[in-house]
Amino acid sequence: MNEEIQTLLEQYEFDKTRLMDILWDVQNQHDYISEEAVVAIATGLDMSGDDVRETLSFYHFFKDRPFGKHKIYLCNTVIAKMKGYYEVRAALEQETNTSFGHVDDTGTFGLGDANCIGLSDQEPAMMVDHVVFTNLTPEKVSTIIGQLKQGKSAQEIVNPGGADSKDIAYVNAIVDENIRTESKVMFKANRDYKAILLSCLDKLPEQIITTITDANLRGRGGAGFPTGLKWRLGREAEGAEKYVICNADEGEPGTFKDRVLLSHSPKDVLLGMIMAAHAIGSRNGIIYLRAEYWYLKDYLQQQIQEFRDDGLLGKQILGTNFEFDIRIQMGAGAYVCGDETALIESCEGKRGTPRVKPPYPIQQGYLGMPTSVNNVETLAIASRIIEEGSAWFTAMGTNESTGTRLLSVSGDCDKPGIYEIEWGTTLNEVLSMIGAENAKYVQISGPAGDSLSVAKDGDREFCYSDLSCNGSLMVFDHTRDILNVVRDYAEFFVEESCGICVPCRAGGVDLLDKMERVIGGRACQQDLDEVTSWSKLLKGTSRCGLGTAAPNSILATLDKFPEIYKAKLVEPHGPLLPSFDEEEVISEYELAYKHLVKEDV
Amino acid sequence: MSQETVTEIFSHELPATQWDPKKKAIEEAKIQVAMIGFCGCWGCHLSFLDMDENILGLLEKVTITRSSFTDLKRIPHHCTIGFIEGGIANDENIEVLEHYRENCDILISVGACAVWGGTPAMRNVVPLEECLREAYVDSVTAVSGAKKTIPYHEDIPKITNKVLPCHEVVKMDYFIPGCPPDGQAIYKVLDDLVNGREVDLPTEMNRYD
Amino acid sequence: MTVKITIDGQEVNARAGDNIVDVAAQNGVYIPTLCYTRGKPCLGTCRTCSVKVNGSVMAACTIPVREGMEIDVNGDEITDMRKALVELLFAEGNHNCPSCEKSGRCELQATGYEVKMMVSRFPYRFTPHPVDHASRSIWLERDRCIFCQRCVDFVRDKETNQKIFSINGRGTYARIEIDVELANKMPADQVREAAELCPVGCIIDKTQGYDVPIGKRKFEVKSIRERALGGGHR
Repeated sequence: MNEEIQTLLEQYEFDKTRLMDILWDVQNQHDYISEEAVVAIATGLDMSGDDVRETLSFYHFFKDRPFGKHKIYLCNTVIAKMKGYYEVRAALEQETNTSFGHVDDTGTFGLGDANCIGLSDQEPAMMVDHVVFTNLTPEKVSTIIGQLKQGKSAQEIVNPGGADSKDIAYVNAIVDENIRTESKVMFKANRDYKAILLSCLDKLPEQIITTITDANLRGRGGAGFPTGLKWRLGREAEGAEKYVICNADEGEPGTFKDRVLLSHSPKDVLLGMIMAAHAIGSRNGIIYLRAEYWYLKDYLQQQIQEFRDDGLLGKQILGTNFEFDIRIQMGAGAYVCGDETALIESCEGKRGTPRVKPPYPIQQGYLGMPTSVNNVETLAIASRIIEEGSAWFTAMGTNESTGTRLLSVSGDCDKPGIYEIEWGTTLNEVLSMIGAENAKYVQISGPAGDSLSVAKDGDREFCYSDLSCNGSLMVFDHTRDILNVVRDYAEFFVEESCGICVPCRAGGVDLLDKMERVIGGRACQQDLDEVTSWSKLLKGTSRCGLGTAAPNSILATLDKFPEIYKAKLVEPHGPLLPSFDEEEVISEYELAYKHLVKEDV
Repeated sequence: MSQETVTEIFSHELPATQWDPKKKAIEEAKIQVAMIGFCGCWGCHLSFLDMDENILGLLEKVTITRSSFTDLKRIPHHCTIGFIEGGIANDENIEVLEHYRENCDILISVGACAVWGGTPAMRNVVPLEECLREAYVDSVTAVSGAKKTIPYHEDIPKITNKVLPCHEVVKMDYFIPGCPPDGQAIYKVLDDLVNGREVDLPTEMNRYD
Repeated sequence: MTVKITIDGQEVNARAGDNIVDVAAQNGVYIPTLCYTRGKPCLGTCRTCSVKVNGSVMAACTIPVREGMEIDVNGDEITDMRKALVELLFAEGNHNCPSCEKSGRCELQATGYEVKMMVSRFPYRFTPHPVDHASRSIWLERDRCIFCQRCVDFVRDKETNQKIFSINGRGTYARIEIDVELANKMPADQVREAAELCPVGCIIDKTQGYDVPIGKRKFEVKSIRERALGGGHR
């Protein structure tokens, strides 16, 4: 083991900032990262063992003990639960002869939960050994597990035609694209990337920045920061090196547009990165790809290689002195890494803990250098703006929210999938587009976003000053239990909190408890008042967007659907608090007597 | 505890010496305070006595009804203030606290145990069954050869899974932390209350140990 | 460069770039902190120094002052938020002051007094946290850890600069770890420093117990507020 680790570390030049890759390599080779491996890595990198474990233990998909030859993670989002999750879960436990959180006796199957894996339009879905299986049924599960037992690999099962993992056919064998609209900005076919880049490189960085600024492009990841301004700040920032990072850690439950963009227009994204690099003066780029999209890795690597072969990446790009290359950094399962500073920490081989801001990444980011972190969609759009000009772009959308955006649509509708809409489109228009006649409640921008009542918000527009959606749109019809959805979201934030700051780490748990109290019919008005007040605390004092957004769905549904909360409230009867459950608090005593005395006779 | 089958006489039912009517009238005109200790060490009660000469002035304005000092076993009539020491550790505590809430306008959690469980709550990180096993069944002082058992009888209160702060059972109005709180801190809060001032325990009087 | 800012309506001059906690202290305004300690890089973990800057809530230790900033330290709402954060910590861990060696020297306890905490508004959780006593000189009392990260960031092995303390797991499941081998190499003064650096009684020097009588302990002699404002008061 020691020798093997030594060789591995040599490959990474004993660079501790590459710890994520090192851990992945060890796990992919040995199924898990043993204590022996941790010690060898720590020794080789001159770290303490606990320091390695800090990173290892932070990420959901790194395992420090055996978790089966086949690691199975079933997506457990609310959308999955609406589409047959429970039956599939039961089937998995039955077929593998183990339960969730455990490994079967033969050490073949490990079963785990996963938060959104970017397949909300084809749930239930699960990850198995770096590929995914979609639209699951108990029968399908039985077949898959049966084949795995016979010794087939997950790749062989999901890709029976044997397509090369570098090829789009491989990706298409695994997941559906479900692009439902005609191309306006994104997914344009047959682009001449070389010619577009040549004309871009003909222009000064300042001109590129001006074009993006004139187009009024704003970040599509959610925060909506003006991309032109970010690039200008990056251009002006001083640093021996500068970096461009493409944020492909698409973790917000309900979104999957970046997956589809990376599958069907990967070179739009790469081109956007090259343009960003030209604009700010960077030589190195990173695509931070979430581990849930592992099946895109070889394919993306191939796309990068093709750009290198064609002279669009590497040294002296298209005959100029401009030099830029891109590496892929795999994540390992942490929603918080969608925060740009957490993502940068992760790229440096550390826990995905959001940094204290200021300084902002554009001043001091990756390795302390100015870093422009841009969303996949933002980069793809930027490449189109540079090609077509800002006027072309601003002709779409509204004055203040220009162009289009992709929506990832899931839930109770006839046609889930990817929709490209112009900003300014109303909620009702979207609902009729996707076939959601019976919709009651729509959650946009994921659990961190806003909760909409179709009755109250139908005429509102998608735009930065109103519904500034980050792309996730989950639809719930009249049969759904909204409180359970919100409870699920609260639990999601508890699971995904990095724990660095007090309000998010501790307060998230209290909000979840309150939701359970409401659902359990043990809450009174004071509980709702506390929910509001504690939510304000999290929103105000949390260190990053995860904590500040965690109470959003609770607050918004309290506002939009107060009646469903009110219906659950109880009036205090007598002196005991409604939340107090006497039977429950003395429940263990009888059991203890039974176990310690009665059964001992 | 099934009351129907019990035939024994409770102490509060025993005949008691009648008060001098004049004295009784004076005491009944004062602010009525009832005191109780649940799962704690009675140290907060001792701390109450530790307010030194202040107690004389205080007793001009208040009278203590049910308490371990007066040996009254029931709250005789509605009180203004209930002084609660100790956390809630069994079902009898629950019943009595409920009785206090019903019969007092203001309830004060006095001391760490009432406020958050205190030292008895150190058992809260261990499952109840393990606690009972350690204390009785596998106790080093258990009589060898004797039948292993734990306290369990219809006359014995049932132990709660965890020691609970009083405010998780009923609404509590004020809190005086400390283990025990200083006598002067207790006095300050009571003095604020009986004089109709907003309760304000100064920072330098507040303590958690 | 000097900038003008206002703290609770009072206009004060400050050196641009100094953080709000320090500037406020220089002007006699106490802002509680549990992770920040003067002279060390800001950690931004406890959020107990939250103030309103131009109307938005921010952690004061993380914000350098800029010309024209209006800072609300003692308004009702923000004062209650700071109190709530301290209360969250008391409910999250098992902070049994009467049985704690650090009582009287504990920054969390002293801050509890300053924010006037009588009880936590959040449910006390009583989560079990195993004690780690494997190191020769340090008890790690995880019940009391508040994840300030001071030890993680500021205590290093003298020889290799490796981390001695670290965090394992994430979120509500996180726990503090000690590297026993490195800890056993710590000289006595470094052990004492680490125990002193810990704002609570999580890192306990095994050679030091309840050695100061009640009434004469650190924050009884001089409160945490006085210490924070110490000297700088104009």
